[in-house]
Amino acid sequence: MNVFRAALYKELLLQWRTRARVLSVVVFGATALLLMSFAIGPDAGALRMHAGGFLWLALLLSSTLTLEASLEAETEQQALEGLLLLPVPPTILFYAKALANTLQLALLGAVLVPVAIVLYGAETARPLALFGLLVLGAAGLAAPGTLYATMTARARAKQTLLPLLLFPLVVPVLIAATKASSLLILGDPMRQLAAWLTLLAAFCGIYWTLCGLMFGLIVED
Amino acid sequence: MTGELALDARGLARRYGGRWALAGVSFTLGAGQALALVGRNGSGKSTLLRLLSAALKVHAGEALVCGADLRRDADAVRRRTALLSHAAYTWEALSARENLVLASRLLDQDRPQERALRRLEEVGLAGRADDPVASFSAGMRKRLALARTLLQEAPLVMLDEPYGALDPPGFRLIDGIVRALRAEGRSVVMATHQVERGATLCDRGLVLEQGRVAWEGPAAELPANSGLLRGSEEGA
Repeated sequence: MNVFRAALYKELLLQWRTRARVLSVVVFGATALLLMSFAIGPDAGALRMHAGGFLWLALLLSSTLTLEASLEAETEQQALEGLLLLPVPPTILFYAKALANTLQLALLGAVLVPVAIVLYGAETARPLALFGLLVLGAAGLAAPGTLYATMTARARAKQTLLPLLLFPLVVPVLIAATKASSLLILGDPMRQLAAWLTLLAAFCGIYWTLCGLMFGLIVED
Repeated sequence: MTGELALDARGLARRYGGRWALAGVSFTLGAGQALALVGRNGSGKSTLLRLLSAALKVHAGEALVCGADLRRDADAVRRRTALLSHAAYTWEALSARENLVLASRLLDQDRPQERALRRLEEVGLAGRADDPVASFSAGMRKRLALARTLLQEAPLVMLDEPYGALDPPGFRLIDGIVRALRAEGRSVVMATHQVERGATLCDRGLVLEQGRVAWEGPAAELPANSGLLRGSEEGA
């Protein structure tokens, strides 16, 4: 547990020290939301109807930047290899990094929600539930995202490879999170929210388990 | 440790793609002894050290490292070895002190702050402890990497080109550290182009040529094997 705490502290400290990058990611996400609103036009009803989907698309696009950055610090001086030689178990490294990425993505989502409210009229009567959904959805993106970001960290075309690998895998997370967000924004007369949240939680559980197991295979030479 | 041997390598081999970087290297090193590893650039020195510290997987052969089986128990090997590599294994955005404190915490050591500061003092970086590593010169990074290696307090310490990027006081620092490690009874493997220094500091010498052992013997005889070594130095 001490080692996990140290690994998590390391991740959060690195994120804090490179926080200037976060601003550019927030601007990127907000810009994506703005551009997507142009596709709908000035129809307030249509904007509100699609707000959930566009919020998660903006978060997904921004996530590739934060995930990639989280591995950059480990590859500059081969710090990841150094960690494995200490030796720190790969599973601990994975869960610390994935948890730190979850927090970062959830915060990014929380910052993008007000932008979505302004652009799409995406107010919700249940803001805490929406934040909980952001955390769960961020976890669904962070686990496979951390795995694939590690796989592609040393590839020349990592900017292209990461989205190519990640996006198809997280389609179930994207669908479940979008549906749940729309229900929170537009209302849930048929009481479907719990089903979508359960589906999202199930995929999170699968991804966190499988990716944790596979991380060791990827980082070992 | 098994049979008082720090290292017992038998036919170690490693390839990159289709090219064998190491093609069957066998040697032994007694516990508490030091080995000077010499050879041209690309002769396989770094690969051998990375194999013996379980940073790379072995493709053929086997080895016991401080009694741990390299192929079957890589974690035990990693706990018993410390590698000073070409890469500094540091986080650029953090200070030197933060790097060492984090490494100490990840090693689950007690008093990480105290340990980190002591190691920084040992390598002459205490005055720059709170500066970000990104602002360090190559020589300072090497010193920090050395501090991180020493922090592990491993029974077998492997130094890959420890003199690289260092100034003359840095050379003396390395000499002193190797002597101190030996005085503590720890084993040392040092890959270096500084043949005279290796001959003075170590018990054993080993020359690698194209991934194979070209010569092995007492370190004092390293410079005398002029044919191989001159070739090595000219080729470097």
